[in-house]
Amino acid sequence: MRRFLLSRLLQSLVVLVIMSFVIYALIGLMPGDPIDLMISANPNMTAADAAALRAIYGLDLPIYERYWNWLTAALQGDLGYSRLFGQPVLDVLLPALGNTVILMGTAFTLAVMVAIPIGTLAASKPRSAVDYGINLFAFAGISIPSFWLALMLIIIFSVSLGWLPAGGIASANAGFVEYISYMVLPVLTIATLSIGSYTRYTRSSMLETLRHDYIRTARAKGASRRRVVWKHALRNALIPVVTILALDFGFLFSGALVTETIFSWPGMGKLIFDAVMGNDFNLALVALLFATALVLTANLLADLCYAWLDPRIVIGGGKV
Amino acid sequence: MTMDAKQTVRARTTGFALLAVVALAACGKSDDASQQSATAGAGNSGDDRELVIGITQYPSTMNPNVDSMVAKTYVRAMLMRGLTRFNHDWELECSLCVELPTLENGLARMIETPDGRPGIAATYEIQPDATWGDGTPVTTKDIQLAYDVGRDTTTGAINTDMYRRIYQLEVHDDKRFTIYTDRVTYNFNVLGDFYPLPDHLEREIFEADPYEYRHRTTFNADVTNPGLWFGPYIVAEAQQGSYIKMTRNPHWWGKEPYFDTITTRAIQNTSAMEANLLSGTIDMIAGEIGLQVDQALAFESRHGDKYNIIYNPGLQYEHIDVNLDNPILSDKRVRKALMFGMDREQMNERIFGGKQPVAHTRVSPLDKVASDNITKYSFDEDKAIALLEEAGWTEIRDGIRHNADGEPLRIEIMTTAGNKTRELVQQVLQGKWKQIGVDLRIRNEAPRVFFGQTTRERKFTGLALFAWVAAPETVPRSILHSSEIPTTENNYAGQNYTGINIPELDAAIESVEFGLSLDERLPHWATIQQIYSEELPVLSLFWRPNPYIYPLWLRGARPTGHLNASTNWIEYWTRE
Repeated sequence: MRRFLLSRLLQSLVVLVIMSFVIYALIGLMPGDPIDLMISANPNMTAADAAALRAIYGLDLPIYERYWNWLTAALQGDLGYSRLFGQPVLDVLLPALGNTVILMGTAFTLAVMVAIPIGTLAASKPRSAVDYGINLFAFAGISIPSFWLALMLIIIFSVSLGWLPAGGIASANAGFVEYISYMVLPVLTIATLSIGSYTRYTRSSMLETLRHDYIRTARAKGASRRRVVWKHALRNALIPVVTILALDFGFLFSGALVTETIFSWPGMGKLIFDAVMGNDFNLALVALLFATALVLTANLLADLCYAWLDPRIVIGGGKV
Repeated sequence: MTMDAKQTVRARTTGFALLAVVALAACGKSDDASQQSATAGAGNSGDDRELVIGITQYPSTMNPNVDSMVAKTYVRAMLMRGLTRFNHDWELECSLCVELPTLENGLARMIETPDGRPGIAATYEIQPDATWGDGTPVTTKDIQLAYDVGRDTTTGAINTDMYRRIYQLEVHDDKRFTIYTDRVTYNFNVLGDFYPLPDHLEREIFEADPYEYRHRTTFNADVTNPGLWFGPYIVAEAQQGSYIKMTRNPHWWGKEPYFDTITTRAIQNTSAMEANLLSGTIDMIAGEIGLQVDQALAFESRHGDKYNIIYNPGLQYEHIDVNLDNPILSDKRVRKALMFGMDREQMNERIFGGKQPVAHTRVSPLDKVASDNITKYSFDEDKAIALLEEAGWTEIRDGIRHNADGEPLRIEIMTTAGNKTRELVQQVLQGKWKQIGVDLRIRNEAPRVFFGQTTRERKFTGLALFAWVAAPETVPRSILHSSEIPTTENNYAGQNYTGINIPELDAAIESVEFGLSLDERLPHWATIQQIYSEELPVLSLFWRPNPYIYPLWLRGARPTGHLNASTNWIEYWTRE
């Protein structure tokens, strides 16, 4: 087990280093730099001014040199400053990450809590009205574009009914209820989309599991239908679902750009987008690496979960 | 029908019925509810002393010497003021200073610079009661710090041109100082971008490491520090990327503002912005950084009676730059034909509801230097065809003109991808020019590519559609002077993207810069505009207005139409 973890950790480190260069190079290859944007906004800026600013921001160096400078500083714990916000990268990143964790974490939890029971319910009553109803809901969740759903929710709950704020985030001294009120619509938007796909995965996996011999045996032994489904089948049916959930869990921390933009939620998705478009190398790089690291961690967690869910699976040459 | 099929149909019908109910609720109720929210009071707050403003961008650093963006200008005007500003009548006036220095009032005088050139010395006095939000008086120490930061080449300060031409700052006492400029220009006393920096908070940080100043400045580290602001408001709370909440500055020396708190909320998506307005989450949408004209027109058609919507023409000049190196477009007759071949009045009426006036040159008709002695082009298809025939584009094949060598009259036009209004204008032009035999090909790019590379390096092969924003009486040196043509040799310096090179135009630009009196400058301005409209390095389109969407109860908010945002007069905004 220890060997397995160590090996995966090393692999992850290598992936992160490679990714850091790839991301840096890709952002660097995009045409235009921040000084170009300043020039277009200020007709009085001379070539000498632009050159001086490029030197100050280190944009006059070749890309590999800039990357090396960044890497050596990062290894010493200095992740640099965000050019867009003029603050240390972590000072910008962590609040956004916090907002994303709260938003996406809540949406994820809600999605799992709804999708697994209704997916299981649909599978346990195949071709029934319940099954069709759940399928319809799931397909709607998968098919509806998030921007449309978000706008519809705003129109219904903010504009028409006036129950909830249309967007933004509660102020620092807001109470719990006010804070939650800002979260309801974005959480509902993200959760609805996830519920659709998780429900479908759960239903398919459960249908497959319910065909196994040991399920028939359990029924033959007199176990109730409910017990068979929820006690015997669910744990096995969850194995493929967990893979999806674990992968999604990693991606959750990259934020949801469309939802965050429409609801003006200051999370990671919007931050990464703004950083890339604004040529904020340090911020974009660290944010994307953060997201990469979390996806890798989520993958590792998925592997560990397999072993927990299915004792037949062994990892790293021994049982967990 | 089998049982299963029946169940399927029933389930689907139920599902669609549910969706339909939701959609109907969304569409049907919105009008009534928005009316309620629009008339209910001060937006989400319910507090009539609170104003919530929607803007489409969150300002980056608030340090006035670092980075420039419209959102920052808009918000900053509520928190601090430059030494001078242009008022609603486009006249220069004092903002933080007491009296504008002029040669006539003796506060300015001609001097000789240390290297023997003519220059000007101008003396300013800071408002006697001007005080930072923590009670520290605004003094010449703060002016000195701003100057030191601006002049230090390692700080990365913007407005380098302004700080370079002020070669010396002389402090007389706590409130009076003189600036020495190294040239004689008519705009020597314009110091709208000169903001004092709080010496008591920033001096130590700057002197510790000028290179790191832009990162370590208190404006980034502690934006709610009241000592950073001396305007009517101070920052009470800020959530990066989301909102800035401002409360009254207890030490503000000017007219007491009506609103206790003002919050600016950044909402990038314009549909969401409208929904926020209708729901009352925000009270108004800033004109300077809000909706586009067509979006505002659509909004007005649905909810115009519930809001005060003002379309204020300004200095946003929509135009098409012509690459004069293009062999087809280097012929003036072709450029004139294109001008006669587009119906800008019709576009204004049909696309922009008559709110976007036609531009004839790059000088706004509201500007005091605007000239009537210019060549104007109204839609005339016959004239356009005659000019093209004269230029040798006589043979028409498949509706496209060809010259004697069999080359088609094919031109490429580019603009910023995703800008729906500009893309629409392109399509209209494509149709109109097709009627005179021009094959217009559209190729658009993301803004950062278009501005960062294509225009900057003159990589557009034919036409480039975009806008310039200027202050009143902006000398077009960087845009029209031949020394400003970007080339590989000069590392793409300058913004003369068209490549126009006319000595007479260069001379007029140089003369206009150094004419001290308006009477002296006016003939040169007339020359510039006449050459511009006759030679057509640029095809003028429109003066883009800013749509301001105000609640019906808001009083005192007046758009300016120039770069000094309406929030420069925030203390005059009240509620009916």
